[in-house]
Amino acid sequence: MITRSRTEVTLRVDPIACRAHGLCAEELSEAITLDEWGYPILPSGPLPPELVRRARAAAAACPVLALRLEQRRR
Amino acid sequence: MTATQFDIGSPALNFVIGHAMPDPYATDRLLPEGRSPSLADHLARLGAMPRATSAQLAQLLEAAGLLGRGGAGFPTGRKVAAVAAAVAARRLPGVVVANCCEGDPTSLKDRVLVERSPHLVIDGALHAAEALGADRVVLAVHDDSPARFTLVAALLERPQTSCEVTVVEVPDRYIASEATALVRYLNSGDARPAGRLVPIWETGVGGRPTLVANAETLAQLALIARFGPAWFGAIGTPAEPGTCLVTVGGAVRRPGVVEVAHGTPLASVLGRAGAPSTGWALLGGLAGRWVDLSATAGVGFSTAELAAAGGSRGVGSIVVLPPGGCVLGETARILRYHADAGARQCGPCMFGLPAIAADMTALGSGDRGALDRLRRRLPVINGRGGCGHPDGAVALAASALAVVTTREGGHLHQHLTGGRCQAPPFVVPLDVAPAPRAATPRRPAGSAFIDSRGRRS
Repeated sequence: MITRSRTEVTLRVDPIACRAHGLCAEELSEAITLDEWGYPILPSGPLPPELVRRARAAAAACPVLALRLEQRRR
Repeated sequence: MTATQFDIGSPALNFVIGHAMPDPYATDRLLPEGRSPSLADHLARLGAMPRATSAQLAQLLEAAGLLGRGGAGFPTGRKVAAVAAAVAARRLPGVVVANCCEGDPTSLKDRVLVERSPHLVIDGALHAAEALGADRVVLAVHDDSPARFTLVAALLERPQTSCEVTVVEVPDRYIASEATALVRYLNSGDARPAGRLVPIWETGVGGRPTLVANAETLAQLALIARFGPAWFGAIGTPAEPGTCLVTVGGAVRRPGVVEVAHGTPLASVLGRAGAPSTGWALLGGLAGRWVDLSATAGVGFSTAELAAAGGSRGVGSIVVLPPGGCVLGETARILRYHADAGARQCGPCMFGLPAIAADMTALGSGDRGALDRLRRRLPVINGRGGCGHPDGAVALAASALAVVTTREGGHLHQHLTGGRCQAPPFVVPLDVAPAPRAATPRRPAGSAFIDSRGRRS
């Protein structure tokens, strides 16, 4: 029997690379909001598993690839 | 493990052999009387440095409870252990950077330390380098700082080592001596913070595991390596053994740097500088906190005690406001400094800091809405920058808001009702003390030069 170790996925932004394009907040409005200057505010904890697929899409949508998904095994 | 539990019989304690230890109860460990000693005087006072492996050094520092003295207060033993682990894992020699820049204009301690005890700082850097198997040591100073001559002269006195030791001048800007900015400058000539995604203890200078440590931290390390945690912890508090350097400035009779044992009451630290313990003071530098000295006179000077009393140890500076000094006005100008000092790389710094600086200025001009804007913006900006710079500005602003809306409510009311602020001139220093040499004012072509008294020439 195979037991899969559960992984936690957390969003992280490189604030120096980020240019406030805002596409991440469009792709993943449930989890990402923008501050008044257009920079993303990310959830501090791990993402709910059902959002992970779209979080990947949000990271891929970033024109400067500033958004990352970090996986941690728990 | 605390200092008192340290096992005196440990084989790592080879420092007790061969040289009489200085009085462990004296508080002139880092700053002995007199001018900068020659290498011979230095060795006569303290003896030669022992050798240690990185594991031994990390263990000693952990036992001594040494926290970094550059502002963040990170445990030095853990930092050394992290670099050592990366050196072992990547099979690369490490690099040690002694940060002697002292970017915070309220602090003078590292300048005084390098001037008075250059060999102690170099001892610490070389000892850490040897333990980490590093073949490169960088002593980083500000552009045109007199410290560069002191350090070069001290290096010339010392025998050759297998390590390449260089003194590097770094742009004289607040943010340029942040640890990742230093590493980036050494790698590329760009002195802006590099962010936290690539840890410098793994991939730092030249892509190698790098220890960046403050000058005072390295000087303390050199004492701990020589005389051990038990000697180090003979004075200080159990949580934070040993001494520290404190810069006292502002409205005080004898501004300057003093060395005190951790836990010394604020009132005694201030007394050394001829300062009363009343009125408002900025503790910890430009990213520090405001405290009411009359309520904190008995608080011990140590990281934990200051934090518990609403203060901050930060870079170890105290700026005392004169009677009637305006916390609101001082904070507004410090926030403008922070906004200007930012590297303009990330949003929270580029847009957030000018916004809260404008808010604090507007509050001082009677704009009530600024209070709500600040309360909304501060938590949004916090923790979202590429380095800790925005967080420091936010902490200062939050501390000022707490003061002006409660204890100084009457004074804030005066600002909000259009009354004139009767506060004496500002005292928090916002420029790094210039190098002691005559500066010729530069005059744009075709313009007249007007001196400080309004005279034209």
